[in-house]
Amino acid sequence: MKLGEIVSIVEGTLLFEADLDMEIPCAGAADLMSDVLAFAEPGSVLLTGLCNPQVVRTAEMADIVAIIFVRGKQPPPETVALAKGKGIPLATTPHTMFEMCGRLYQAGLRGCNISCRIEPAR
Amino acid sequence: MPKITRVQELVYEIKIEEVMTRNVITVTPQTSMAELREILRTHRISGTPVVKDGELIGIISVEDLIKALAGGEIEATVEKRMTTDPVTLCADEPIIIAVNHFARYDFGRFPVVDREGKLIGILTRGDIIEGLLKKLEVEYHEEEIRRYRVSHIFEDIVSDRTSLVLRYDVITHDFDHAGEASSKIKRALNRLGAPPEIVRRAAIAAYEAEMNIILHTDEGGELVAEIQPGQIIIRAVDTGPGIPDVEQAMQPGFSTAPEWIRELGFGAGMGLSNIQRCADEMHLESPLGKWTSLEVVIYLDQRGLCSRSESGGVIQVQAPQRRRSET
Repeated sequence: MKLGEIVSIVEGTLLFEADLDMEIPCAGAADLMSDVLAFAEPGSVLLTGLCNPQVVRTAEMADIVAIIFVRGKQPPPETVALAKGKGIPLATTPHTMFEMCGRLYQAGLRGCNISCRIEPAR
Repeated sequence: MPKITRVQELVYEIKIEEVMTRNVITVTPQTSMAELREILRTHRISGTPVVKDGELIGIISVEDLIKALAGGEIEATVEKRMTTDPVTLCADEPIIIAVNHFARYDFGRFPVVDREGKLIGILTRGDIIEGLLKKLEVEYHEEEIRRYRVSHIFEDIVSDRTSLVLRYDVITHDFDHAGEASSKIKRALNRLGAPPEIVRRAAIAAYEAEMNIILHTDEGGELVAEIQPGQIIIRAVDTGPGIPDVEQAMQPGFSTAPEWIRELGFGAGMGLSNIQRCADEMHLESPLGKWTSLEVVIYLDQRGLCSRSESGGVIQVQAPQRRRSET
């Protein structure tokens, strides 16, 4: 699904200009960054309620290509500046995480396909 | 995209004299329109400056020639049909000036003069495009060579054990710069040409380790990436307080993080198990009250790509009572 389609489905507002033709194969949603690092697929979009710059750092490390902030949260300028520098588009939506995941899934966007099965440490 | 492209930068960097045509074909005021036709035809040009005693006095184009032909004035002199006081460009100006001139005036070419007003060249749109393309090609080549050199560093520089060591100081509770060290490690690995999946695993392991130092240590520590021909080693070493129960800390979901860490999106108890997931080998040593030393090895060669299980590789956890002096 194209980034432009995703932004329009979530009724989102882009925080700076971005390439709306970027193709995004899947999505993940979480507020805990370690969960994102564990379960995000490269090339995916992240839906989150966390707004600090660590969200962008996490995206950078996990090769996440775009971030959507849910529940009407506005990220602080540090977050926006870091994302601009890293070329990771940001958008905000007034709706809840559950609602947004539902709409995107219904529109045909799949979830990140990484096993969540956790084996105990040896 | 609002990003400035390299071409946009180049039009400010390149000077007109670098792209203009130098050997200008000129005519004199006394040249006849019939002679002009021959000059334009043989040189396949559509206009030329008019020079009298080395001084630029006008410009004449194929359009002027057509008008003269239509008016039956083929024997008229250039002086009678030329455009006087031609708009000129200065040789030492950037080509953005020329680009703007072409947009503003409807001319196909501009004579280029030096600071004394002497004619030294001529510039068409074609010259600008050709100049930009040449410059881009040169830069592309240089970048290719640079990339080749970096990615072949381990073949070019030979020793019995070559490794590249990148060290980063990590300051405790420094959230403004949290993740910068890992970001730099990731960039370095990309430049060295490591496969994207390896880079991603190393970056995630480094980032979790960096966040652990920032969130949990008393005085910060050091994050080190050692790149060897066959493997990448990420080391995170700090000066305390150490982990009370390493086995327990390795359990996914186990966390001692206070509320303020959780508010930052961390402290879910997934850090060490995330690192394990990314590692081919993981060595963790942490005598309580002393220090913590974490070493993550990621294989670059086939053994890493084939044998690694989904949940991570060899884990070696040192008993907490063990002292560094004994190892």
